[in-house]
Amino acid sequence: MKVIILVSCMLMSVAGFSQGKLPSVRVQEMNGKWIQSDKLSTPGKPLIVSFWATWCKPCVKELTAISDNLEEWQKETGVQLVAVSIDDSRSSSKVAPFVSGRGWDFKVVLDANGDLKRALNVINVPHTFLYDAEGNLVWQHTSYAEGDEAELYRKIKELTKK
Amino acid sequence: MKRRILTIIVLIGSVATFAQTTGHLSGNFQLDAQLYRTDSLIGAPKVDEKLLSNSYANFRYDFGKFSAGLRYEGYLNTLQGIDPKYDGVGVPYLFADYQTEDLGFTVGSFYEQFGSGLLLRSWEDKNLGVDNSINGVRVRSTPIKGIRITGLIGKQRQYFSLGKGLVRAFDGEISLNELIKSWNEKTTRLTLGGSFVSKYQKDEDPVYKLPENVGGWAPRIQLNRGGFSLSGEYARKVNDPSADNNFIYKPGEAMLLNASYSVNRLGINVTAKRVDNMSYRSDRAENLNKLLINYLPAISKNQIYSLMNIYPYSSQSKGEMGIQAELSYQLKRGSKIGGKYGTQVSLNFSAANSIVKNAINDTTPIGANGTLGYSSPFFKVGKDVYFRDLNIEISRKFSPKFKAILMGQHLKYNQLVMEGKGGMVKASVAVADLTWKPTDEQALRVELQGLWTKQDKGNWAMILAEYSISPHWFFAITDQWNYGNSDVGKRVHYIYGSIAYVRNANRIQFSSGKQREGILCVGGVCRNVPAMNGLTVSITSSF
Repeated sequence: MKVIILVSCMLMSVAGFSQGKLPSVRVQEMNGKWIQSDKLSTPGKPLIVSFWATWCKPCVKELTAISDNLEEWQKETGVQLVAVSIDDSRSSSKVAPFVSGRGWDFKVVLDANGDLKRALNVINVPHTFLYDAEGNLVWQHTSYAEGDEAELYRKIKELTKK
Repeated sequence: MKRRILTIIVLIGSVATFAQTTGHLSGNFQLDAQLYRTDSLIGAPKVDEKLLSNSYANFRYDFGKFSAGLRYEGYLNTLQGIDPKYDGVGVPYLFADYQTEDLGFTVGSFYEQFGSGLLLRSWEDKNLGVDNSINGVRVRSTPIKGIRITGLIGKQRQYFSLGKGLVRAFDGEISLNELIKSWNEKTTRLTLGGSFVSKYQKDEDPVYKLPENVGGWAPRIQLNRGGFSLSGEYARKVNDPSADNNFIYKPGEAMLLNASYSVNRLGINVTAKRVDNMSYRSDRAENLNKLLINYLPAISKNQIYSLMNIYPYSSQSKGEMGIQAELSYQLKRGSKIGGKYGTQVSLNFSAANSIVKNAINDTTPIGANGTLGYSSPFFKVGKDVYFRDLNIEISRKFSPKFKAILMGQHLKYNQLVMEGKGGMVKASVAVADLTWKPTDEQALRVELQGLWTKQDKGNWAMILAEYSISPHWFFAITDQWNYGNSDVGKRVHYIYGSIAYVRNANRIQFSSGKQREGILCVGGVCRNVPAMNGLTVSITSSF
């Protein structure tokens, strides 16, 4: 049994690595519409995917910090932001009023069943991913300390300089 | 089964090799290890092994529309507070999956949620020791644009094997806006759905004649128009005598209704819930978090601050009625009271009571085993208070360097119903969370918290100081002081320190000190975390 697992893992790694793309699983828009997660990106533009929950203070701080800078970042680099809420049915119905009550003006989707969370191997929130304009995963980061958004912006700038 | 899945994984792996195309391997790793010290004062028990650890590693391979993965889990031996029956190592989670937009199937382990989960939700939370994944087959299809169906059959995970019962489930959802062409662009959106779930477990009871097949169904609706949203789900199951309901033959039901309104800078949300005898497991003899098929969300606010979490609400599957209302508002930036950098206000109220239970006749006591149990009028609220929580949160950024969050809470907590001990606890909690950012990279955050109550363990005070240097370092020290305990000898300082280092998606944390006994809850599910004195190492990594 263990040997089979080892062999299969080896085979998979031999098959070669490509940079990760956004996987295609079902997530829900706040108006109830289901969409495939790979359709969240805008071709030709870098994309930030940030996992959060209404009960996660550092997540809310991170999104507020990104939100405060987003307009400027977008002018400079064209970057898009999608926030993926992992709130379950205890709080998922609160996400839309929570977002508008903070004046957040970016795309938010619901991942109540954790399909996207598992597909991207997220353990704890906040967890933030950065994809380049071709849709390749270039960077990911977990937890949030005040000022972390500066590192994120550096990574976005590096992409657009290339 | 396991062998078959492995064969599929190997096959996919080798196809990828021969085709010279590239797939993507990713995964994560998590380790929590604790070194325990006995501390009879706070009730930290003697741990014979001294060192315990839980570890998990997921590997996942994506190749076009295919994905396959597995999870290693090691409990050497299981951390305190998680069921020690996990002791050991294994690969309890293996799956292969093929998904296109109109057809998908999964073999092996999977997680699924129908509607809000009142009838079916399989999920995992490692901190709670919950994993009721279904191992079997799932098919998803979108035969026509706007119609989605899901069917599944399988058995639920129990430790490193599978539970006794069989779960069969079907769900259908119609999005009228996608189905009807002329509705495509309408701002009003209507979605209807329904699910049917049935479990099978052999009747081996010497006394009762138990139903072997227990079916349940749940219709649901969601309506959106502009900023308005209305949703509701009603679930009902046939009689299902179990250890949870003292073997009564009464059918179970649950209802969840939600209305919300969102416009720029304002959000309002109201939720109502009724639950009556709605525990639904694939093994009628099980208890706690084991082999649950459905999920009954607690509809109180998920509090974050430590002292607000001493008395958390958890769902009562035997019966409860509750309501929650929340308002979030952002004061206009640049206005006189809003300030230059904005002020945020949230107001939240939740309440939960018992349901009314009437005797079915003059001779049968309420809830007597082997009977219909009781009757309960649907719209009548019981008079026992289970929970009340009224809280307000104001957060304001005063300058680019200084932010503050102030929070006040008043709660009532029926400890007898929640924990089976004590009585009604009435408590008030106040929190000040202050952040000072002297430079772009450094921040000092201080939390001051107080809890005042005349019941249970009395008053608490807490201070936390956290210093962070972006993007790598966190240092924190906390003191929770039970200064109001009526037993003078138990007025303990729970001092706890931690250091964490983060690089990209890798994090390592060392912590040391005393942690109080408490209840850790996610959603409506809670577990009791025993008091601890010792050293903890936590590593998480995603790749």
